Amino acid sequence: MGKLILQDIHKSYGKDEVLHGINIETGENQFLVLIGPSGCGKTTLLNIIAGLEQESGGDILLNDRRLNGLSPKDRDIAMVFQSYALYPSMTVRNNILFALENRKVPKAEREQILMDVARMLQIEHLLDRRPRQLSGGQQQRVAIGRAIARRPTLFLFDEPLSNLDAKLRVEMRSEIKRLHQQLQTSMVYVTHDQIEAMTMGDLIAVMNEGVIQQLGSPESIYNDPANRFVAGFMGSPSMNFLPVVPREEASGLCLRVAGAEGDGNLLPVPPKMQGALRGQLGRRITLGIRPEQITDPGSAREGEALHSIELDVELLEPTGPDTLVFTRLDGHSLVARVHPSTHLQIGSRCTLSFHMERAVFFDPENGSRLA
Amino acid sequence: MRRLPIYLLLTLAALFFLLPLYIMLVTSFKTMPEIYNQGILALPRQFDLYAWRHAWSGATIGASNQGIHPFFINSFELVIPAVIISTAIGAINGYILTHWRFRGANIIFYLLLLGTVFPFQIILLPMAWVQGKLHIAGTLIPGLVMVHIIYGLAFTTLFFRNYYVSIPHDLVRAARVDGAGFFRIFWRVMLPLSTPIIMVTAIWQFTMIWNNFLFGVVFTNSDQQPVTVAINDLVDTVTSVHMWNVDMAAALIAAIPTLVVYLLAGKYFVRGLTGGAVKG
Ligand SMILES: Nc1ncnc2c1ncn2[C@@H]1O[C@H](COP(=O)(O)OP(=O)(O)OP(=O)(O)O)[C@@H](O)[C@H]1O
Ligand SMILES: [Mg+2]
Repeated sequence: MGKLILQDIHKSYGKDEVLHGINIETGENQFLVLIGPSGCGKTTLLNIIAGLEQESGGDILLNDRRLNGLSPKDRDIAMVFQSYALYPSMTVRNNILFALENRKVPKAEREQILMDVARMLQIEHLLDRRPRQLSGGQQQRVAIGRAIARRPTLFLFDEPLSNLDAKLRVEMRSEIKRLHQQLQTSMVYVTHDQIEAMTMGDLIAVMNEGVIQQLGSPESIYNDPANRFVAGFMGSPSMNFLPVVPREEASGLCLRVAGAEGDGNLLPVPPKMQGALRGQLGRRITLGIRPEQITDPGSAREGEALHSIELDVELLEPTGPDTLVFTRLDGHSLVARVHPSTHLQIGSRCTLSFHMERAVFFDPENGSRLA
Repeated sequence: MRRLPIYLLLTLAALFFLLPLYIMLVTSFKTMPEIYNQGILALPRQFDLYAWRHAWSGATIGASNQGIHPFFINSFELVIPAVIISTAIGAINGYILTHWRFRGANIIFYLLLLGTVFPFQIILLPMAWVQGKLHIAGTLIPGLVMVHIIYGLAFTTLFFRNYYVSIPHDLVRAARVDGAGFFRIFWRVMLPLSTPIIMVTAIWQFTMIWNNFLFGVVFTNSDQQPVTVAINDLVDTVTSVHMWNVDMAAALIAAIPTLVVYLLAGKYFVRGLTGGAVKG
């Protein structure tokens, strides 16, 4: 159960419009992640779904039930806050029971639910403590327990893990994901951590300045970004962007790096993109290529043509599973990602192979995708 | 040794404030001849309780000669409902102004702030007019109670508002999603966090109302007056000899309740004024 549809949601504060027509439709029991930079309207959108803020326009449908105008308590929604928002004067037990009492759930049933939730989240031993006697991770568990106890049709999470340390974050991440599978309900999860978005989401909505930039599966968001904003926002280190000019050579369509002396390094355009880029001949466009697509020669898959270039190593950052190489192509800085066993030295030269098949192209003016 | 000047200064300051109290105390236990024959600072030769007894139940005040005790009771009848009601309304106002904000909330808050700087005298005439219209002029209950509630609202609202802004709004949002309404959130979430500010407000209001003289003298008829006004009448009542000991005893009796309140709840007052609202 739990299918959420947002139709053309607008929100203005006075004269400032902060949401400019949001459209989202999730499948049954999907895990929707809202991601975007600070101030892009994620919390506002969540509040509108919860009924804590009034939308200026548009429709909210949950399982085909129109939620507009209903008060939060009538929406069958639970919410977990970044600040946890546990009631300081109540014990953990009462924090969890509060919503059930408000809904007049019979006492025996309440106790049963409490015990189930406590067992599921392993907080049985904490039930008589007050929130200030709990660690951050325990508080977050209780906050999640409080939401689960209600068995809502939809869960809303507003950056629930951002106050936790890195290790706990990873643990809670998989725990929430596990809960999602166990509970079989829809969840909307706000974050500005792209690893969380990629690992947890069935569906990711990338937002910027009150507009959905792209709505899609983690794979499509990562590999097939709709525009330069999405391409740059998702992925760490960020995608490399190079200004290039397509031109026709005897060998086929090539890219000259803008600002190069003479011809510089010419990059070949793979056949499947040639059609789209022929329309841009002589014009400066933006090439986007991820660090892991500039890598050791010999990493090619079957049938993939790599373009290898010898470049100067300016800086090395071993991250463990792989090593980041900071280099420069015709004056433009680039980050490449190579296998940690690759022997490299700062100041020396190395051969890096460009997976041009995976490259993407954007209009430099409006950032829209060209190919 | 460097501390010596500080202690000296503090001791002097304490003496300065305590001396009048000391004089009142010793005088109240003296007989009239003793007062005339002894120095003002001298201890009483024997502790004579006559003045206290007389002030409590025998002295002539206005038309009555039952001492100040009826007026002392009047003051309680005034102060208890006025403190409770003004504190309760202030709490609700503060809660609305911080967590149920509406268009124009700020304007209302600033107008209320203005109310805290009005001198008492400004509201005398309009209030008298209102009381006349409501036919409650001259009464202790509800007349004077109402005056104090209205005058106190600016203060109580300000106190609660400033306390409640520091309570995270997420608590209210969470409670709304949890299915609680306006009053239930107030009752179950906000009030349990409010003990310090309730104490501060109640002490403040108790002191202000108990010690108030002007509203009492203006708005109540003679038998309904609070104790502050009664003391004034007692001192003013001209008899052949001026009973200094009785005056002092009466004034001390009138001061006891505020002293008791401070002794019992003073620590909350300090805590409420210095501590923030909620930790986690
Ligand atoms: N009550 C309000 N009045 C006016 N503007 C507001 C109000 N609430 C939010 N905004 C504005 O709306 C925009 C979106 O805010 P929102 O809190 O939804 O951002 P967010 O995406 O959740 O950011 P963050 O990642 O920092 O939490 C911001 O520019 C913010 O300043
Ligand atoms: Mg936010």
